[in-house]
Amino acid sequence: MKRQQSGMMRMERNWGLLFALPAILGLLIFTIGPITASFIFSLTDWTIGGQMSFIGLENYQTILTKDTTFSQSMFVTTYYALGSVPLGLTAAFIIALLLNQKVKGLSIFRTIYYLPTIVPSIANTMLWLWMFNPDFGLLNSLLESVGLPGSKWIYDESTAIPSLIMMSTWGIGNTVIIFLAGLQSVPTHLYEAAEVDGGNLWHKFFHITIPSMTPTIFFNLVMSLIGTFQAFNQAYVMTNGGPNNATLFYVFYLWRTAFTETKIGYASALAWILFFVIMVLTVLIFSTSKKWVHYEGGERS
Amino acid sequence: MKQITSAAHASEAQQHPPPQPERSRSPAPATRAKSFPISRVLLYIVLILGSMLMLLPFVWLIRSSLMGTSQIFVFPPEWIPSPFQWSNYPEALTSVPFGRYFMNTFLIEVCVLTGVMLTSIVSAFTFARLRWPGRNLIFSLLIGSMMLPYAVTLIPTFVMWRELGGLNTFLPLIAPAWFGGGAFNIFLMRQFMLTIPRDLDEAAYMDGGTPLTVLWRVIIPLSSPALIVIGIFTFIDVWNDFLGPIIYLSDEKHFTLALGLATFRGLNNTNWPYLMAASSTILAPIVLIFFIGQRYFIEGITLTGIKG
Repeated sequence: MKRQQSGMMRMERNWGLLFALPAILGLLIFTIGPITASFIFSLTDWTIGGQMSFIGLENYQTILTKDTTFSQSMFVTTYYALGSVPLGLTAAFIIALLLNQKVKGLSIFRTIYYLPTIVPSIANTMLWLWMFNPDFGLLNSLLESVGLPGSKWIYDESTAIPSLIMMSTWGIGNTVIIFLAGLQSVPTHLYEAAEVDGGNLWHKFFHITIPSMTPTIFFNLVMSLIGTFQAFNQAYVMTNGGPNNATLFYVFYLWRTAFTETKIGYASALAWILFFVIMVLTVLIFSTSKKWVHYEGGERS
Repeated sequence: MKQITSAAHASEAQQHPPPQPERSRSPAPATRAKSFPISRVLLYIVLILGSMLMLLPFVWLIRSSLMGTSQIFVFPPEWIPSPFQWSNYPEALTSVPFGRYFMNTFLIEVCVLTGVMLTSIVSAFTFARLRWPGRNLIFSLLIGSMMLPYAVTLIPTFVMWRELGGLNTFLPLIAPAWFGGGAFNIFLMRQFMLTIPRDLDEAAYMDGGTPLTVLWRVIIPLSSPALIVIGIFTFIDVWNDFLGPIIYLSDEKHFTLALGLATFRGLNNTNWPYLMAASSTILAPIVLIFFIGQRYFIEGITLTGIKG
């Protein structure tokens, strides 16, 4: 009996490793290997076609002390994140609250609000490029029709990032769906208890809905922040980083350094700084989360 | 007896989308109980206004794609094309070899989907069901890799393919799919498999089966809802992918639809009807797939979101 059991265990181990092989190899080839290589590159001055020499932390030093394009792109990206994350989360939360009511045609509404999210980002940027057109675009003609002055949108330094923030809010479908799922798993007995105690809608919202939703809010906050810090396509297709570097997103600057100027070493250092920034932000949010994120009994099916 | 009920339960799972406890538990929202007709009406007005806001860009896209260049530049803009210029579509799509771009995209889709399906199911199975040394470590590394900004691995991966002579081939876009199919897919598939009763595995082992038998006889037949979710997500990701193609493909022969559309813009910077016609064409299959698989799609997002 015992031998049979150990034979079973050996079989499970062998098959287990065999089945895990693609994933393990994938992890090595496409994650761990590249991470190691990226770190080594970041310590060199390697430009494609040139000699590679080890220069220690010089890239990092240059980036952090002398590179004004770096600080501009960091500013642009932070500005974009500070605008689009709170706006997107608030809008998504409100939409989720509305969609959580018992309304007729719920699945139609759900589909409509989700639809913009699946638009291929390249088609999306084309569409918005045309909507932002200062002369014949949809937005200016809408403003005109209610008697408001038009804007130059992405073609003006001061309105470029706000325009892109507005555009990002159109595609918040994923966040809405995740909020909706969160709302639907708020335990009903809490609401019933509040009703027994004579609580009104506001009580229920602030004392039950919001606290129960904090884990979901937390998840969406982290995910959107990580996402916005990696914005790229808008800058590449719509603005080319302009006007006057006003939309020079960090990843776009990184991409340009690596693939246009072929400065592999320098670009790798830029990538590590981005990684560091995202990590610090995530750790910060995690460390404050103990104060505001409530887990009910710590379990969810 | 227990086995029979769990088997019945499992075959039920096969017919329905991934588990959805929240739906059956309570759809009762916070404010439903005491709603006055007025607030009902208000709710519908807000929802409808919001929907119009969401749909407006689509309407703008389609109306622009059907106009002549003279009508599109009229201010204030007109909403109804007159005449409907259907010829924009064939003209825009033949002015650049979109047919070839479509075939390229399609080829990549098929190879990626096959790879993702095969390897993510095998990986998820081993992480969900089999015990082997180092399993938890590898799984944590895999999950951790989802947090890594793509910018970090982008450059070395590009250098690697350059050294291997993979530039201007589809290999860099396809290969990762054959090595586990991505942490996200493994994670999603594993979550689903954890809901399949273990008694079924044990029954198969009792009959002298190996893990391969369990995978083939039990797990794969019961996993179709998760496979559909992963299939739809993967299809859309590949269809929408832009960064991968611009990095690896420089020869126009190899362009994908997304890349083709981006360069099409450079050629037709002022021909907005053509640009909008090409954009709608690339959008259409995704919208279609979304409508067909809508239920699975939203369950999939819900599943991953809640577990995160």
